[in-house]
Amino acid sequence: MSELAIQTEQLTRTFGDFTAVDRITFDVKQGEIFGFLGANGAGKTTAMKMLTGLLTPSSGTAKVSGMDVYKEAEGIKRNIGYMSQKFSLYDDLTPEENIEFYGGVYGLRGQELKQKTEELIRSVGLEKFRKKLVRSLPLGWKQKLAFSISIIHNPGIVFLDEPTGGVDPVTRRQFWERIYEVSNQGITVFVTTHYMDEAEYCDRVSIMVDGRIDAMDSPDELKRTFNASSIEEVFIQLARSAERGEG
Amino acid sequence: MNSFKGFVTKEFKQIFRDKRTLVVLFGMPVIMLILFGFALRNEINNAQIAVLDLSKDAVTRDLTQKLASSEAFQLNTYLHNYDEVEEVFKSGVVKEIVVFEKKFAQRLTREGIANVQVITDATDPNLANIVQSYTGAIIRDYTQELNYQGKVLEQGIQPVIKMMYNPELKSVNLFVPGLIAVILMLVSALMTSISITREKEMGNMEILLVSPLKPIHIIIGKVLPYLVLSVINVITILVLAHYIFEVPFKGSYALFFGEAILFILTALALGVFISSVTNNQQTAMMISLAGLLLPTVLLSGFIFPVESMPAPLQMVSHAIPAKWFLIVVRSIMLKGSGIEFLWMETLILVGIAMFFMTLSLKKFNVRLQ
Repeated sequence: MSELAIQTEQLTRTFGDFTAVDRITFDVKQGEIFGFLGANGAGKTTAMKMLTGLLTPSSGTAKVSGMDVYKEAEGIKRNIGYMSQKFSLYDDLTPEENIEFYGGVYGLRGQELKQKTEELIRSVGLEKFRKKLVRSLPLGWKQKLAFSISIIHNPGIVFLDEPTGGVDPVTRRQFWERIYEVSNQGITVFVTTHYMDEAEYCDRVSIMVDGRIDAMDSPDELKRTFNASSIEEVFIQLARSAERGEG
Repeated sequence: MNSFKGFVTKEFKQIFRDKRTLVVLFGMPVIMLILFGFALRNEINNAQIAVLDLSKDAVTRDLTQKLASSEAFQLNTYLHNYDEVEEVFKSGVVKEIVVFEKKFAQRLTREGIANVQVITDATDPNLANIVQSYTGAIIRDYTQELNYQGKVLEQGIQPVIKMMYNPELKSVNLFVPGLIAVILMLVSALMTSISITREKEMGNMEILLVSPLKPIHIIIGKVLPYLVLSVINVITILVLAHYIFEVPFKGSYALFFGEAILFILTALALGVFISSVTNNQQTAMMISLAGLLLPTVLLSGFIFPVESMPAPLQMVSHAIPAKWFLIVVRSIMLKGSGIEFLWMETLILVGIAMFFMTLSLKKFNVRLQ
């Protein structure tokens, strides 16, 4: 396995006249927590979709886990986990059934799947909810469950698309503790967010404005370069130049 | 292949957990069959008739008796002269008036011909038509009887009409195949398109597309349960039709189910196609209802014969899979036709099925990129 978990060069995606992602170049190191910041409509989700194989790039190159997004999409799929902002659990199934289903999708079966399911339910603390429908679970639990499911197959990289949207600060804090645990296991975490306080938890962050990456470094370095006291200030300085509105 | 099994299991769990879906799936066929079977009838029962007998002899009395004792008619009243005709119709109760000419029996035995005038209230043209043909049949029967008895010496030219394959003109015989088509469209196309778009709406589809599962596996995993349920529905309808409405089944079951599965595959492909062009359940439902169910009901020959449609609509009906399916199923059930007579329709169905399957697979793949 290569040292770099993700490697892109001049990665671009256009939709007609609109350039959603404009020649972005960046690397993510193995085991890193990489924050992908940007206002709504800056191109975060499009960039992430190209890396996860949901969208083909218009130009440029990208490698995920050392595999080419154009040619080795199938190999990439086996080696990544993905959690979307909608949590993507089946709310008419129980947590147990969700785990078994997604585990099965990733090729776990029989004894291994049973064992993994038990392990996951215990680690998330879902024992009392195991026979209840996901629909009736509090948001924070759904989020924890969705995150655990996204790494059920021990991927090299996990992509989190605004995983903490709509959750209270305490739950968000707990969620980030989970992210650290996962990172300690050696899984690379690629996370998009628009909560600036969360950016401080990342090893490195990149800030996207109008489809470009305008800044990329560790949070401390960024604050020093922009002479700001928080990432939020850095972000506001950069975002002022944005031409695209919210959307 | 194992992840595939998990997929199907999950789909069944979701279907059986959703009470509303269950009601639609299993209640709908029963309710529709009973509604169509009992309410939408073309045959008549106890239509009120009146008789204006200007002859009043043994033959006219006999004939009146015959008409009145038929299940189709009930003798409402005797008229005394022509002026009463309009008055009786205006009351709206009497649907038909039978007029025997003067010296009816006499003319019949001497000249071999006598006239009966059948006047119908054609404000309801369908009913008038049926009432008239029933009366005609009864009168012809009677004259034939007279011929055998040798009472009538000379024999005029008599049209002998025989309704084959559905002699009682039972409309339910005709509706059952149509109903099968409608239910299959409903279950296969509508339910599939809704259930796939739901996964899109909830974001599950994204996760599945990022997973190592191939799109084709996702599609098959989604549609297989509905294929099974559709077949169960077909069996339910056949059983009900047989035991409640005594609809005959003359042909081969193997051929019938083969054709049914072909039609189900077409409908499933349409469902997948609809779900690949829409992003939410409401739109999927509207497209399925307006784009699939309506043409299936109106343009396939289910209720209105294709032959009596204007030419442009007839052209449109060729593109509707249900039209071909109807021809095939009616022939198998009522005539017992084999594949040697139905190969052309079957080939057309195969063609349509292949076309939509390729189209929906393409569309589904493109979305991935």
